[in-house]
Amino acid sequence: MTAFERHRRSGRIIATFTGFEADLLRSLTSQMVELLRNERAEPAAASSDPFEAMMAEFSGATTIPEDPVLARLFPNAYPDDEDAAADFRRFTEGGLRDGKAAASGLVIDALEEAGLPPELTEEGLVIDVELSEPDAEAWMRAFTDIRLALATRLEVRAGDEDYWDSLPDDDPRAQAHDIYEWVGWLQESIIEALTA
Amino acid sequence: MSSSRQPLCHDVGVSAASPVEVEPTLTPDEITFLAKPWVTLVWDDPVNLMSYVAYVFGKYFGYDKATSEKLMLEVHTEGRTVVSTGTREEMERDVQAMHEHGLWATMEKAT
Repeated sequence: MTAFERHRRSGRIIATFTGFEADLLRSLTSQMVELLRNERAEPAAASSDPFEAMMAEFSGATTIPEDPVLARLFPNAYPDDEDAAADFRRFTEGGLRDGKAAASGLVIDALEEAGLPPELTEEGLVIDVELSEPDAEAWMRAFTDIRLALATRLEVRAGDEDYWDSLPDDDPRAQAHDIYEWVGWLQESIIEALTA
Repeated sequence: MSSSRQPLCHDVGVSAASPVEVEPTLTPDEITFLAKPWVTLVWDDPVNLMSYVAYVFGKYFGYDKATSEKLMLEVHTEGRTVVSTGTREEMERDVQAMHEHGLWATMEKAT
């Protein structure tokens, strides 16, 4: 595969993936979409107050999501003010979820438009993607969310590289960490291409 | 409309306030933040790439390269830094945009 780069003549951001890599990126972004949609932003409990219950029905969540990945993606805006944090969440979390799901969806669409079949069977498949600048930025945000999700599940900490290097190659956590690093490398190359 | 008369500036050391005839259109909370602005803070995390954080600061806030990188380094070395200052509404927009980009942002009253 290649890193992302800016095409000299068209100015588009381009990269080439193997079928396996494209399939992996589709799997990761699909999981992200599923995560964002499955554990919907729901108010914690039905209220006995009819007005509050009605408000709850028509608006978003007010408490931090239980899933640690979602809690990292949608942190409390007001750490010391529960009421203000709840209001902020009610008015922003739904839109933020939709935006993140849309960014991941854009990655999936671009890979499939570039020729990634629904089921990867063919060997030696090459997927060339060619992105506009706004689309490349959406990919960058989708990669950020994937990395935050993987890092949260793996409990990545600052300065823990030696720990990950010490794991045997066939350890599933080591493999997931390799994917985390690979997506980071891809993201870095998008940034370089965008700022070149 | 409330019939109670709440002094608006009870902690300002002036002599007897003149009768207030205008209907205030701001809530007490808003009056507080006009005098005392809010800030958006971005916190360090072990995941986001330094180049990405600087890119987001440049792109969203329109900061030049030197400013974006300085702020990014402050986040990295000090654990957090103020990336913008303004009204409460403006800071809510900024925090939302930071969350959109996967940065860990919070807001508070400026001290």
